[in-house]
This record gives sequence, structure tokens and C-alpha cells, in this order.
Amino acid sequence: MIRIATESGDGFHAPSISDFYPDALFGDGTFYEFNRILLVRVIATIGLLAIMGFVAKRATVVPSRGQSIVELILGYLRENVVYGVLGEEVGKRYDKLLITIFFAIFAFNITGTIPGLNIASTGLIGVTLVLAVLIWVVYLTSGIIKHGFVGYWKYSLFPSGAALAVKPLIALVDLAQIVLIRPATLALRLTINMIVGHLLLALTYSATQYFWVDAASNFNIAYGFITFFGIFFMTALEVFVAVLQAFIFVMLSAVYINMAVSEDH
Amino acid sequence: MIVTQQAIAIFAAAGEENINPLIPAPFEIFWSLIPLAVVFFVFFRYVMPKLGAVLDERAALIEGGISKAEKAQAEAAAALEEYTAQLTEARAEAARIREDARAEAAQILAETRVKAGHEADRIVETANKQIEAERQQAIVSLRSDVGALATELASKIVGESLADDARQQRVIDAFLTDLEANVKAEG
Repeated sequence: MIRIATESGDGFHAPSISDFYPDALFGDGTFYEFNRILLVRVIATIGLLAIMGFVAKRATVVPSRGQSIVELILGYLRENVVYGVLGEEVGKRYDKLLITIFFAIFAFNITGTIPGLNIASTGLIGVTLVLAVLIWVVYLTSGIIKHGFVGYWKYSLFPSGAALAVKPLIALVDLAQIVLIRPATLALRLTINMIVGHLLLALTYSATQYFWVDAASNFNIAYGFITFFGIFFMTALEVFVAVLQAFIFVMLSAVYINMAVSEDH
Repeated sequence: MIVTQQAIAIFAAAGEENINPLIPAPFEIFWSLIPLAVVFFVFFRYVMPKLGAVLDERAALIEGGISKAEKAQAEAAAALEEYTAQLTEARAEAARIREDARAEAAQILAETRVKAGHEADRIVETANKQIEAERQQAIVSLRSDVGALATELASKIVGESLADDARQQRVIDAFLTDLEANVKAEG
């Protein structure tokens, strides 16, 4: 599909990665440079806080419909993800953190399917990197608090039961995992998913525009129907991916924390 | 797989456009930290504690309700058991009273019957004694009267006064013996 998009020439606006790097709205070149994507992120933040603040403010013992939905999500995350991975006792220390990250990522992701916003600000690696570093700091400090500085590295890098010959190899791989690969994959997975999702969704829009308006012919109009229904399919898929990627990020974060604080390796 | 292939394509395209999506711009980091800080602050300080408190309150309420219901049910069960026990006891009591009454009635009847039997016997005996006494009296009275009459009659017939008591008595006895013998012979 990418190839089709790039091969199409005249009048066809192929969605590209540069959609994520628009011109600055203000502060061009400064540390507070602001553009359309970041505006979408700020809007998502305000929207999330408005909805959750409203739900929390109106929260009652007998829940309203909206409150029930939020509670359902909260309860699912807490029981199945946080407590499911970490156990209830340890999980209680991390549930606020992980649930908040889920909602934040979901809010930044879902803007990709909201008409008018049409971009997921998690397609920029900065925010996912900040969250990944946060998780990295959390699991390192948790492990060090639990096992002591030396104890943590000894416990993480030299699992008992490994043959002496492979011990250095395992230590090297585990070191790379802990200090680099885990946070990097956390950030990359999310960002790449969002970039790809945007490109696919934008492609259905722009291809439909091209087939029906820019290059309308009998043949192309028929094609246009395919891409037109593709809009609905891709939108549904992107909503799903927005939830799924937030879920995966939180689930893996819980797993990494568990690896740092658990008793057995 | 699809995602990986597309990622490669993206990065190839990005390279052409001189954009590296893996290197964050400093201003993007800045605009990541601020929204995230706000989200974390509001969630940690307000949203999560508030919702958690409501959830805990509801859990407590439901648990309280359940335990209350359980208590009420246990009380009801205990009351039912008590009533059943009382009912059984009452039935047993009633049966016992009825049984007692029946036994008592039977005893009274038996006693009465025995007493009546004794009474009847006594009456019959008294009557017999009385009859016997009266018969004796009649015999004695008859004997003296009949003797006197016979003596008087015989004196008149024989003209001889049977003043002598001993002889008189002998004559009367002989007469009476004859009389009895006659009665027996006729009877």
C-alpha cells in the first residue's frame, strides 16, 4: 500500500511521515516550539482531564453509566493487569502509576481517529520515550530498593542455575535488556504503531479523495468504494489499536517491574 | 510482520525527507513532560483517590449489606427452628395430656366399677341379712303364736289344761314337726 501511495503521482497527496513534523505554530527553533501535533496532544490532555475529572467529581456509590464504564476499565486494569502480574500486595504500590499511564497513552492515541484532530501524538517518539524512561527508572529503583544495589544487579545478571560457561553471555544479554532494550522497545513499539496506523488511515482518506474527486472515472469511482469502506475499517482498527497499544505498554511495564522485584528469577 | 515491513518503508521514506522519527526533538520532550506532568498530578492527587474511595465505600457497603442479610437469614433460620421445636414440644405435650386423660378416665372407670360392684355386693348382703333376720323373727313369732293357738285349741278339745310348760312345749314341737312333714309331703 505504501508503494502504491508513493508511485501515484499527479494530484495525489500521499500520507507520509512528514505529517508528524508540521511547521511550528509558535516558538520556532526554541525549546517550547509548538506545532499542530503538540496542540493535538494538549487537547487530548485537556479532554482526558475534563472527562476523568468530571467522572471523579460526580462519582457516587451508586454509579452513573459513565462512571460504570470508567470503573470497569479501572477494575479490569487493576485486577487483570496490575494485580494479575504483580500480585495484589506489590501491585498496590504501582496501580496508580500504571493505570494513569494507560489513560494518558490511550488519550494521546485516540486522537488519531477523532475527526478534525486526525493524528496520534504518540506517533512522536518523545512522549513514549518519556514514559519508557519513567518505567525504566521505576523498575530500576524498585529492584534496587528490594534487593539492594549490588544484590539487584547480581540477581538480575547472574540467575542461579545457569552453567558457568554461559554466565557471561547471559549477564551481557540481561544487561542490554535491562538498561536499553526494554525501554527502547516500549517506546518504539507504540510510536511505530501509531505512525503506521496514521499512514494507513490517511491513505484510505486520500485515496478515496483521489479516486472520487481528483481522478474520477468509472473505473476509479468503483475503486473509490473500496477505499471509502476502508476508512471505516481502518478507523475501527485504529480505535482498537489505540486501546491495545496502551494496554500492551502497561502490561509490559508491569512485567518489567515484576521482573525487578520478584523473589525468583 | 506487516507492521515491521511498513516500519521499514516509513523509515526509508523518512530518510529521504531528512526526518528521523527515532530522535525526539527537544521541544517535543518539553511538550511531553508538561501534559504528562499535569495528567499525573491530577490523576494521583484527585482522580484515582476519589474513584478509589468511592469503590472502597461501595465495597464496604455491599459487604455490610451482605453480612446484614446473612445475619437476618441466620436469625430467621434460628427463629424458625425455635418455632418448630416449640411446635413439636407443644404437640408432644398435647399428646401426653390426652394420653394422661385417657388413662385417668380408664382408671376412674375401673375404680368406679369396682366400687359399684362392692356396693352392690354390700347391698345384696345387707338385704339377705335383713331377710334372714325377718324370717327368723317370723319363725319365732309364728312358732309362739301357733303354739299358743294350738295349745288353747287343744286344751279346749281335750279339756285338759296343758299348764305344764314342759309338756306343752313337747306337744307343740310334735305338732309342728307333723305340720312340716305334711307340708313337705304335699310340696
